[in-house]
Amino acid sequence: MATNDTTGTRAFSAAGILPCAISLALFVWFAGFLPEIARGEVLRFSVPWVPSLGVSLSFLLDGLGLTFALLITGIGFLVMLYSARYLIGHVHHARFSLYLTSFMLAMLGLVLADNLLVLFVFWELTTFTSYLLIGFAHSSAESRRSALQAMLVTASGGLAMLAGFILIGTVAGTFELSEIRAMGGVLRDSPMYLAILILILAGAFTKSAQVPFHFWLPNAMAAPTPVSAYLHSATMVKGGVYLLARMHPSLSGTDVWLWTLGIFGAVTAVFASVVSLRQTDLKQALAYTTLMALGTLTLFLSAPGSYAITAMATFLVVHSFYKAALFLAVGCIDHQTGTRNADVLGGLWRPMPVTAFAAGLAALSMAGVPPFLGFIAKELLYKGALETSTAILIVTAAFAASAMMFAVAGIVAFRPFWGSGKRMDPSRPVLGEAPWPMVAGPLLLGIAGIVFGLAPEPLQSHVVTPIVASLLGDPAQAEPLLLWTGVNTALILSLLTFATGIGLYALHLRIRAGLARFSEVAPDSDVGWDRFLAGFVRLANWQTDILQSGVMRRYLMTIFGVLAAGLVFGMALSFPDLSQVALPDLLPKHWAVFLMTLIATGLVAATRSRITAIAGLGVVGIGVAMVFILFSAPDVAITQLLVETLIVVLFAVAALRLPNLPRRTEVKSRPGDFVFAVFVGTMIAIVLMSASSGPIDLRLSEFFEIASWPEAFGRNIVNVILVDFRALDTFGEVAVVAVAALSAVALLRQRPRKGPRA
Amino acid sequence: MEPLLAILVGAMTAAAIYLMLDRNLLRFLFGLILISNAANLTIFAAGRLTPGKPPLVPEGADAPLSLVANALPQALVLTAIVIGFGLFAFALVLALRAYEALGTLDTTEMRLAEPREDRDAP
Repeated sequence: MATNDTTGTRAFSAAGILPCAISLALFVWFAGFLPEIARGEVLRFSVPWVPSLGVSLSFLLDGLGLTFALLITGIGFLVMLYSARYLIGHVHHARFSLYLTSFMLAMLGLVLADNLLVLFVFWELTTFTSYLLIGFAHSSAESRRSALQAMLVTASGGLAMLAGFILIGTVAGTFELSEIRAMGGVLRDSPMYLAILILILAGAFTKSAQVPFHFWLPNAMAAPTPVSAYLHSATMVKGGVYLLARMHPSLSGTDVWLWTLGIFGAVTAVFASVVSLRQTDLKQALAYTTLMALGTLTLFLSAPGSYAITAMATFLVVHSFYKAALFLAVGCIDHQTGTRNADVLGGLWRPMPVTAFAAGLAALSMAGVPPFLGFIAKELLYKGALETSTAILIVTAAFAASAMMFAVAGIVAFRPFWGSGKRMDPSRPVLGEAPWPMVAGPLLLGIAGIVFGLAPEPLQSHVVTPIVASLLGDPAQAEPLLLWTGVNTALILSLLTFATGIGLYALHLRIRAGLARFSEVAPDSDVGWDRFLAGFVRLANWQTDILQSGVMRRYLMTIFGVLAAGLVFGMALSFPDLSQVALPDLLPKHWAVFLMTLIATGLVAATRSRITAIAGLGVVGIGVAMVFILFSAPDVAITQLLVETLIVVLFAVAALRLPNLPRRTEVKSRPGDFVFAVFVGTMIAIVLMSASSGPIDLRLSEFFEIASWPEAFGRNIVNVILVDFRALDTFGEVAVVAVAALSAVALLRQRPRKGPRA
Repeated sequence: MEPLLAILVGAMTAAAIYLMLDRNLLRFLFGLILISNAANLTIFAAGRLTPGKPPLVPEGADAPLSLVANALPQALVLTAIVIGFGLFAFALVLALRAYEALGTLDTTEMRLAEPREDRDAP
């Protein structure tokens, strides 16, 4: 992805500076709200959007939202700064900046929205911008596949979530999150609770890549490094966690919530940390540790206790710091050495001391070593785990994940810098330190990890406590962030974690070999995904073959078949009572018209001669016209006669240029069609018979009779209806005929091609 | 007369469907004319039949003095006749051009829009 070294070209371009300026300005603006939020205030802003549906464009700024907003804009700024240099000279740099900025704004909307539908819109916007970013290297098939996979998985989860939101809206009567929260347990006590929970979790778990929906996230690493650092560690994938946290006050506290989140989170955390040990690509290893972090966050959201939520809030921030720093540092390594292979890299601290320092700080925070913020988070995680009712599950998962995290921190950030450099490619010299805009991000984020570790108080008062207040409704429930809490179970667990982590790191090459052997036989959901998509395409092909046969007979058969089925269904519901049908005294002229039309109809259907058929059609038309005359519709009869004449003339003219009908001996007889046609015809006759013998509502006709003269000044009611009451309809009809005539002329004027085409 | 008309409509519909299912485009067009006539009669008969009382308002009166035929279905049928004619005229020209371009009136062999190289005419 990295372009050739561009030393000597301009250090910055407009496409690089503008996003930095926007994100920095937003960060400063949001930071201005910190004192108010720390005081426990909640800010709300709302304008009507779709008032008829009760949807307003409303935003809410509380502890949770502000923390996310600061992470999004703060890390956003550092990432934008990084990519300004990383992508400089790239043909599509401007496009990239647009995508990344749009993503940042969409993400901001997501975490600030107070209306569920607004939240959904921003949620899908992050999905789309993420699609564009993952597929940024659009000439690579792998990129395109990953982008599509990420979009399909997260967008289908998003749709499930939308269904959940609509259910919430119907249960609570509002889409405003703040109002739903104020209602307390209205969702929990609703019979829809389970359906709502499942749908919301489908959205959250796909977005936050919980097992078994995890496979898209490692693939999304096809994106440029700044995108991975930003979307796939610090922001977008936390969208699901954010949603869970947002819904926590309304949905949590049940056994289903506890166990579903607990099990999904635990499985994801442990699975991801095991798989991350086996990666040799540094970026992939980090991707899996992100999965582990997401699993952990989900796990701790399952637990109701105050320690668990404090731990969740702290870990959320810590992880964003160290993971973005490590991703960016790996990007620097890639940029300067041309490889991300953990087996090859080593000894980089000499040419890249600043990057090494930044990565080292981030890794120590990730490993949870004191006095880093990561240590505080880990202690809180253990305390939170111990106080829950599902302590065994959570402690085991948290312990396994933390120990493996320690080992992965070593693999990703220790070995490449301080490990042996003997395996490095001697023909490709390391280019030294990456340009400063690329190093600044990891350095600042790494330093943040230790500064907040040594002085957690500002973080506590401005971030953690407000988040706890958002989730639990009470800032007093926030537990203190302390480096030293005395000798207790959590500390002992921490020490055990370090020991296990060191052991795992020492043995990691052997573990990796073992895991590689195992994963060759283990089922792979990525392969399953391909099969699923292939099956979907097969299904679509099969269905198209059935529905779109390209044979007109079948299309017509479908149309009439549906008509017949509808009639049968209607009759099954209420069988028409034909005993009411009476044959009144019929005059001979009635019988004459009836028989004449009937015979002509039969003739048209039976004959193989064009002239006979056209003559028969003429007789049918005249018969119909006579019905109109007999039963008081002179205007209709006149039109009918005119049209019949025209039809016969047209047919006669056309017949000069058309071939004769095939002889009877040349065509197959169609007894099936005959039976089918007679069946549909009989149904129609029965329906019409029963319809014309029952009661009739004549109010509309009476209105026209009364209104015709006084309102429209016409004595011929039919004409008045056509040209006055339904004038627009008649105008439309005239337009239809005009269009048909124009099209016919156009077709006829087109010169026929020489000779019929085979 | 309504039951008789119902039977006639049924017969016309049956004949129309049978014709429209034919592979020959010309017979399909015959069916098209028949089915529009059947549809018009259906609307007309469903509005009830009144012999010898056209829906007119006599001179000097504000409304019909006695019972007259139902005007609404008549207006609808009038529209339908004209639209049906437009449809037929266009379909006829289309058939004409199709024959000139493709050299056949057999609908199963008109595969320009949905070609089937893999399995020709079933």
